[in-house]
Amino acid sequence: MSRIESTTLRDSLSVSITVGAYGSAFGAAAVANGFSVLQSCLLSLLTFSGASQFAVIGVLGAGGGAISAIATASLLGIRNGLYGVIMAPRLKVRGLKRIVAAQITIDESTAVALGQEIHGEKATRQGFWLTGFGVFIFWNLFTLAGALGAQAMGDIRVWGLDSAVPAAFLGLVWPRLKTNQDRILAIICVVFALAMTPILPAGLPIIATAFIAVAVGLRA
Amino acid sequence: MNAFWVATIGTSVIAFLLKFTGHNVPERIFSHPKVQAINALIPIALLSALVAVQTFTEKSTLIIDHRLAGLGVAILALLLKAPFPVVVISAAFTSAAIYNWL
Repeated sequence: MSRIESTTLRDSLSVSITVGAYGSAFGAAAVANGFSVLQSCLLSLLTFSGASQFAVIGVLGAGGGAISAIATASLLGIRNGLYGVIMAPRLKVRGLKRIVAAQITIDESTAVALGQEIHGEKATRQGFWLTGFGVFIFWNLFTLAGALGAQAMGDIRVWGLDSAVPAAFLGLVWPRLKTNQDRILAIICVVFALAMTPILPAGLPIIATAFIAVAVGLRA
Repeated sequence: MNAFWVATIGTSVIAFLLKFTGHNVPERIFSHPKVQAINALIPIALLSALVAVQTFTEKSTLIIDHRLAGLGVAILALLLKAPFPVVVISAAFTSAAIYNWL
């Protein structure tokens, strides 16, 4: 392999390890919400997108159906598609390599890649592949560890895992709340989802907030 | 196949198709500013709703319990710019402490 920029390597590795470690929170939360260790690991291997994965286990854990869970997770996965649109012309790969690139197209690989653009095209590509593979490896190892740990725990409330999931969602949404419009949207969605919970079947109050987002986006 | 398997496989298949489709469409289709805006807003809406539902509901009833304390500490940790694992662990620790000892 050709020489790798040291800053690219440093950025990729630090993101891979820190983000990968969240995988333990996912594995534990998945088992706590009724998923088996195998299902938890398959979600990390195959879905491989933190927010979507937390959404699936969150919706099913709250009593929602499979369709609601899939729909919520998929709406959160749309942004990976947009990252693909951005990354494809920069990676310029075909066939099997494109399939692999697609699977590791997530927030982190895209962010590190674009962060390397000042170092040139090669560094951009290296940032993408290193971060994508790095997060993939650590995320999956830590998912397994978290799932096995939670399986050994018994009552999850004793360990606070029932609060780890909403805290994880909060940690995911927090950096996205940049403008007042973002914050107002977040508050409206919190109020709406809670108000609809006693009325709508579980899962639907969450998905329905996507329409509020579309309405706000079209108006802005 | 139960709901957990359907959700696991269904989510995984669609997640990959979304990523792969992105790699195969021309960039200009998604360059419209409204598409970009909506793409940034959808995760905010869904994740905020998930925070609320996971903290304040039990089945289809609204409830305030030990999880509120966990969320409060998570907010505090985020305001103090704590990294993600600290946010999650401090929330879990607080929630567990209240659940076990109150």
